[in-house]
Amino acid sequence: MLKIVKYVIRDIIRSRIIIAYALILLAASFGLFNLGGDVSKGLIGMLSLVLLVVPLVCLIFGTIHFYNSYEFIELLASQPLKRGTILMGEYLGVALALCGALLLGAGLPVLLYAATATGFTLLAVGLALTLIFVAIAFLGAVATRDKARGVGMAMLVWFYFALLHGGLMLLILFAFEDYPLEKPTMAMIALNPIDLGRVVVLLQMDVSALMGYTGALMKDLLGTTTGIASAAGILTLWLLIPLALACWIFRKKDL
Amino acid sequence: MLVSRHLTKSFGRLRALDDVGVSMERGQSVLLIGPNGSGKTTFIKCVLGLVIPDKGELTLDGTCLLDNPTLRRNIGYMPQIGRFPDHLKVGQIIEMMREIRRGTHIRSDEDLIDAFEIGKLAHKTARTLSGGMRQKLSACLAFLFDPEILILDEPTAGLDPLAAEILKEKVRAERAKNKLILLTSHILSDLDEITSDVLYLIDGRIRFYRPIAELFEEHGDPKLGRVIAKIMRETADA
Repeated sequence: MLKIVKYVIRDIIRSRIIIAYALILLAASFGLFNLGGDVSKGLIGMLSLVLLVVPLVCLIFGTIHFYNSYEFIELLASQPLKRGTILMGEYLGVALALCGALLLGAGLPVLLYAATATGFTLLAVGLALTLIFVAIAFLGAVATRDKARGVGMAMLVWFYFALLHGGLMLLILFAFEDYPLEKPTMAMIALNPIDLGRVVVLLQMDVSALMGYTGALMKDLLGTTTGIASAAGILTLWLLIPLALACWIFRKKDL
Repeated sequence: MLVSRHLTKSFGRLRALDDVGVSMERGQSVLLIGPNGSGKTTFIKCVLGLVIPDKGELTLDGTCLLDNPTLRRNIGYMPQIGRFPDHLKVGQIIEMMREIRRGTHIRSDEDLIDAFEIGKLAHKTARTLSGGMRQKLSACLAFLFDPEILILDEPTAGLDPLAAEILKEKVRAERAKNKLILLTSHILSDLDEITSDVLYLIDGRIRFYRPIAELFEEHGDPKLGRVIAKIMRETADA
């Protein structure tokens, strides 16, 4: 498996798209830290950037990579390799390459301007989202044969998690504001990895009370440490379930 | 050696393979023919474990192929369309396959790498290769680990005449070493000289499976293309 990972990463790095991704992140991060004036404003800007851009890039890049590697995956599958090994090799190659780009593009500025617990939490959330959304991208690509449909689905997934989910949540909160909604709200947050990531960073920022309903709620209900730990646990599920499903489908798939 | 029993596969409503039972032995060179969509590629892909049949079984020397991916070390496959990671160099692709296959084979066979002068392409990235060069690289990889079974899907399509001759010569040499060769082709006249048996599929069913010499004798014609055309016409009339 590691042999496959190695060559997948080599191929991706040479494609230069990933380098462009790292450089754009780098430029945007430096911009945010320099324009905002103070570090915490910069970090809030970085948070929005990471929460929006990382899932989008991972979904699109992961999906397109899978479809473009189709014939090569077929060749690998005709070798004495298990299907699971091939899929995990491809997955880890893509996910690790994107993690590397994120560490370069966002990690370096954080290290220079905001080497605090919050800064590192932000990076950890970025890495977790990378792993999760590449896994979701692979699940979509494995389940759909048609490339156009697969890429379209990836964009819909992003649209839902990045924009729609929050709107729906607000709608529900307003509609049922007369009822106690703490627990349902928590459940709704858990259903969106991007929201979870946001909550983790905001809890760490210690400005959660100022950052609206969900942050205050989470802090109130769980406290910082338990809150972060349970969010991390749910994020792990968000990684493992799509990955396991993708492997399960791929094992029985006709190539 | 390679035996299929009641092999059946449907894609939606289409029956790609319908109760296919054949037995192939070492030293045979079987040419799979049939109209488009007759199940040739599906049959090959079943043997390679790329397509999982709905029913039936496939065995290699008595062991089930479907449950044992490691048995595929005995099979070399040259696909119809070879595509490799765009930005890897030819040399890296060969090196990668060697790494993946480390410990799964007894000896390497680099005859084709030399004959096709792949060394000269080693620094080209896969993206810049022409169709014919890709075919050559695919062929090299299929033969590289000296497998007992060679599966070549449209091997001469896209190759220049010289390269096609080199490949055919290689196939002949491997068959002489008592290996099983499985070929498909649309251009019938192209491969009849390296074929020992013809497996004719229509709509996923075996129309016939006979030695090529017998076909020639029966129809009094030494050209496979004409013989097949005649049989197809007879089938259409009947």
